[in-house]
Amino acid sequence: MEQLLQQVLAGLATGAIYATMALAVVMIYQAIDHLNFAQGEMAMFSTFLAWQIMQWGVPYWGAFAAAVALSFVGGVAIERVLFRPIHNAPILSQLVAFIALFSILNSSAGEIWDFTIKTFPTPFGTRPFLGSSLISTHQAGMIGVTLAMLGLLYLFFRGSRLGLAMRAAAANPESARLVGIRVGWMIALGWGMSAAIGAVAGMLIAPVVFLEPNMMLGVLLYGFAGAVLGGLSSPGGAVFGGFAVGVIENLAGTFIPYIGREMKLTIALVVIVAVLMVRPAGIFGRVVVSRV
Amino acid sequence: MSAPEPNEIALERPAVAGPASAPVAKPEGRFWTGRNIAIGAGVIVALTAPLVAHNFIIFQLTLVMIYGLAILGLNLLTGFNGQFSLGHGAFYGIGAYTAAILMSQNVDYYWTLPCAGALCFVVGFLFGLPALRLQGIYLALATFALATAMPQILKFEPLEPWTGGVQGIPLLKPDPPPGVPLNPDQWLYYFTLAVLLIMLAGAASLVKSRTGRAIMAIRDHPIAAVAMGIDASLYKTLTFGVSALYTGVAGALGAIVIQFVGPDSFPFLLSVSFLVGLVVGGVGSIPGSLVGGVFVLFVPNLAEQVSTGLSGAIYGVILLIVIFVMPSGAAGLVRLAAARLPFARKIRAARSS
Repeated sequence: MEQLLQQVLAGLATGAIYATMALAVVMIYQAIDHLNFAQGEMAMFSTFLAWQIMQWGVPYWGAFAAAVALSFVGGVAIERVLFRPIHNAPILSQLVAFIALFSILNSSAGEIWDFTIKTFPTPFGTRPFLGSSLISTHQAGMIGVTLAMLGLLYLFFRGSRLGLAMRAAAANPESARLVGIRVGWMIALGWGMSAAIGAVAGMLIAPVVFLEPNMMLGVLLYGFAGAVLGGLSSPGGAVFGGFAVGVIENLAGTFIPYIGREMKLTIALVVIVAVLMVRPAGIFGRVVVSRV
Repeated sequence: MSAPEPNEIALERPAVAGPASAPVAKPEGRFWTGRNIAIGAGVIVALTAPLVAHNFIIFQLTLVMIYGLAILGLNLLTGFNGQFSLGHGAFYGIGAYTAAILMSQNVDYYWTLPCAGALCFVVGFLFGLPALRLQGIYLALATFALATAMPQILKFEPLEPWTGGVQGIPLLKPDPPPGVPLNPDQWLYYFTLAVLLIMLAGAASLVKSRTGRAIMAIRDHPIAAVAMGIDASLYKTLTFGVSALYTGVAGALGAIVIQFVGPDSFPFLLSVSFLVGLVVGGVGSIPGSLVGGVFVLFVPNLAEQVSTGLSGAIYGVILLIVIFVMPSGAAGLVRLAAARLPFARKIRAARSS
């Protein structure tokens, strides 16, 4: 029982990483209706920017704010320059454009900052949290920040005119345009916000997985899995999904014989697919009924 | 906000259904059509190439055909049936391992292809059953799970006596049959070419048949297709099986040609490459799959030659340019050219009058 509890706690700690990433994934899905396969690399690039600014002697929070702001601008720029011209292209072509962006960001980060592993500071410290050896103050802080971001996003989307306009633009672009919403800019804004959330996620994750160009690869996969498990139409569901993936992965690795560390990703994915069998739009996702 | 629509992937109408291809589609009784001439010229070039080219070039061309065949498998599923897959690298891997395991038990290499195809058909069909409930992104995740699981399953300890674990299985290059004046590379090239042509013809006739029309109807409008009396579940799972069969045979050929299989030969990135090849060649275009094969094999090498450090970035830029220039792939570009160019217009006008 004690072991179970400990593994759940450890799962929650890693799950926090996935949840942060899943939240960023869902954000951009809300804005553009596609999964952004380059999301992880965008977050990695933002984290490198923060690291670089810190190397120039700026304190942590200054670099943090600068990286978030730069990422926002960068996200808007990527939408305007790369994705706006092809927004009418077939969905699979857009998917390939994401893969291209992934490759460009990964390779240029490697070229600029090289592939050696760098440490990234944490503002929360790394002492054990509340005397538990499994979860550190950083991980607790990470969970806290993820939940806080979720709350802010909820308020933004439910309570502000801009949030409402963004939701309208994503849900029904034609009608939104007719009532005077500038749909194109709402999408760009969605990209910017998602890049900024990604930057926060990257900076929270970097102290745990260390900073290097491939740091987000695994994390993004789990983030996707979490987002899909929770339901892509629900930011809260995505956060839940991220935590769930962390816990499932950890429990499968510990309690199912023969699985060990190698197969636990497989097991986690199998569990997710099994859940999707029962609820094809994710646990908290809304099933959209379309008119024939 | 909205869940992916059922026919999300079919938003563009691929080659076969497009109005642009309609005027040239019915040359009744006419043999010397542009299409047949192009096919004939392609076959002649393919037949003579290995007699003049270097062995390494022959090897690369063989791989182009193999990737083209794998992409064709994905195309049958995605392009013609509207189902999404990020997991075809797994079927490719299953096919390759089937061939390798059989060959290490002294089965002749050509017998491994039908075995690999049959096994992949069964696995694909079975995987298609749960996939029936999933659409769009969710199906992508399920197939993605298959692709990431594959290397780990291949490394799985209890299976080691067969799979060779992390070591993989090395194979011997098959010799040409006695009396055939070809070196092994040339022989494998012709062998692959023969398999490719047979399977291309199979795919083309499948697409044109009653079954093919049912498969495409499900892509274009699932609800209307069911209302017309098409058994959507049956055709979707069957398409999954056939698609896996094509990719599995390609995998078996790949194992024979490369003479090695290992768990890390079939990473998730392989599935991504197939997807890139599919889009670059043209979703829903059978000849486009071969263009995709060329792209998948040569463009990463090209990027590597331009700059080693930034090869990924250059690859990405090339990919972006391709998407910007031809958002519907090479097949879409050809179709557009056929519809717009004055030369092609004149021919069509002359034919219709």
